[in-house]
Amino acid sequence: MRTADLKILVPVKRVVDYNVKVRVKADGTGVDLANVKMSMNPFDEIAIEEAVRLREAGVATEVIAVSCGVTACQETLRTAMAIGADRAILVESDVDLQPLAVAKLIKAVAEKEQPQIVIFGKQAIDDDANQTGQMFAALMGWPQAAFASKVVVADGAATVTREIDGGAETLAFKLPCVITTDLRLNEPRYATLPNIMKAKKKQLDTLKPADLGVDVAPRLTTLKVTEPPKRGAGVKVADVKELVAKLKNEAKVI
Amino acid sequence: MSILVIAEHDNAGLKASTLNTVAAAQKIGGEVHILVAGSGCAVVAAAAAKVVGVAKVKLADAAQYADQTAENVAALVVANAAGYTHILAAATGAGKNMLPRVAALLDVAQISEITAVESPDTFVRPTYAGNAMATVKSSDSVKVITVRTTGFDAVASEGGNAATEPVAPAADLGLSKVTGREIAKSARPELAAAKVIVSGGRGMGSGEKYHQLLEPLADKLNAALGASRAAVDAGFVPNDYQVGQTGKIVAPQLYFAIGISGAIQHLAGMKDSKVIVAINKDPDAPIFQVADYGLVADLFQAVPELVTELG
Repeated sequence: MRTADLKILVPVKRVVDYNVKVRVKADGTGVDLANVKMSMNPFDEIAIEEAVRLREAGVATEVIAVSCGVTACQETLRTAMAIGADRAILVESDVDLQPLAVAKLIKAVAEKEQPQIVIFGKQAIDDDANQTGQMFAALMGWPQAAFASKVVVADGAATVTREIDGGAETLAFKLPCVITTDLRLNEPRYATLPNIMKAKKKQLDTLKPADLGVDVAPRLTTLKVTEPPKRGAGVKVADVKELVAKLKNEAKVI
Repeated sequence: MSILVIAEHDNAGLKASTLNTVAAAQKIGGEVHILVAGSGCAVVAAAAAKVVGVAKVKLADAAQYADQTAENVAALVVANAAGYTHILAAATGAGKNMLPRVAALLDVAQISEITAVESPDTFVRPTYAGNAMATVKSSDSVKVITVRTTGFDAVASEGGNAATEPVAPAADLGLSKVTGREIAKSARPELAAAKVIVSGGRGMGSGEKYHQLLEPLADKLNAALGASRAAVDAGFVPNDYQVGQTGKIVAPQLYFAIGISGAIQHLAGMKDSKVIVAINKDPDAPIFQVADYGLVADLFQAVPELVTELG
């Protein structure tokens, strides 16, 4: 394989902005998404940034962003292209797309596009599932480096440092591969106004799950959504002495 | 019903998170088996056999499981999945890395980070950084589940007497190779299992100040050290210190949040702690809304004072 034709595919998800404090709906059917600011999942921004850096370094030749979901995901794809993705694909669906379904849709897109690397965010901050990248890797029979903090690609192989419980490990494997991003991998750039304007002219293709022959029926049914138990504010103590006294005599934890 | 729990271990010992996972399996009901995949890990299988409530230990001891790569372990689990209604692993870095591969290969959903069992097919799991608890029902024939350890009290590690049976290793896929592993050596308790945690945030000012101020306090309390994402982002401490939605989820007896403002994503990782103490100079910091004991003070004075006061 020549590095001259190394494509990177980056799946991105449209989620509630990370600064929004979500509210559970009174009827317990979900969270209130009406008039709530939506943004690209922060880990996916890191994924796009990493892919763009690999292209800028001459390692990759093309970065393709892909999103699965409602029509409004086009905005998320435009953001990805403003950061630097070359083109984008929307797999449009109004169905509640769960991680297994998304992994299958991305697999179908990957079979068409033949990327050598697929970089996912490690988890989406709405469903907090942390599954899709690993599922996709398994469906493809590819190696994975989940929770990556450093990526080096050269000569058809990758060396990835990843976060593990209590430390870090380094994995080496041949392409094609899956990488999922952790926080420390990079700091995504801000999309500049000229790049936002340029992104509007970039190619965005739309497909349907049926075009890809993928059954996206949900496997999990949400029966109800509730607020977590509220934790009441406690007391303010005047000084360190009072704090230690309370911890010893009232809470009895020291 | 029978349930397969994937043991978490380092070939030398069984990790405590396995005990929480077994507890979740017992809530589901049915016979509980533990699969130990490793190399030279007979001691782990022996420990697993003593865990209360375990009926059988399956041991795959082979060179290709020495590093427990996700690819090889998932293939082994799938090869041994027949007959199980549920497959469980802890929602730790290791479990989150490996188990989704199992679910995909079995063509079933994974139910991530459950905190409660409602019935054998219905589970509660946190979404939106723990701000919305979803009760989900699975229609799949096999339920593949990661277990949030703080949601289930560990079963006893001694008292059981399960039989151990060897299982044939699956083929070595040879997809990836671990070329290095750096586990931070620390005399302190593990963050995920500590009874007391001392966490610092951006208010610590620097990595040097973080260690200089918080280590003596952690020493006094035999505490693990943690940090907010802001402190990790600022480079004060490594990523594995991070407590929060995307870091470690903890629920110690006593949690100190020092110089931590209390962003949603940090609260998601620690709000189930039994007692929370916050020290912050900003009286309006959101951390005070969840703290049992709040001290509005300059941490650079308060923390050394606290160390002295603890004697």
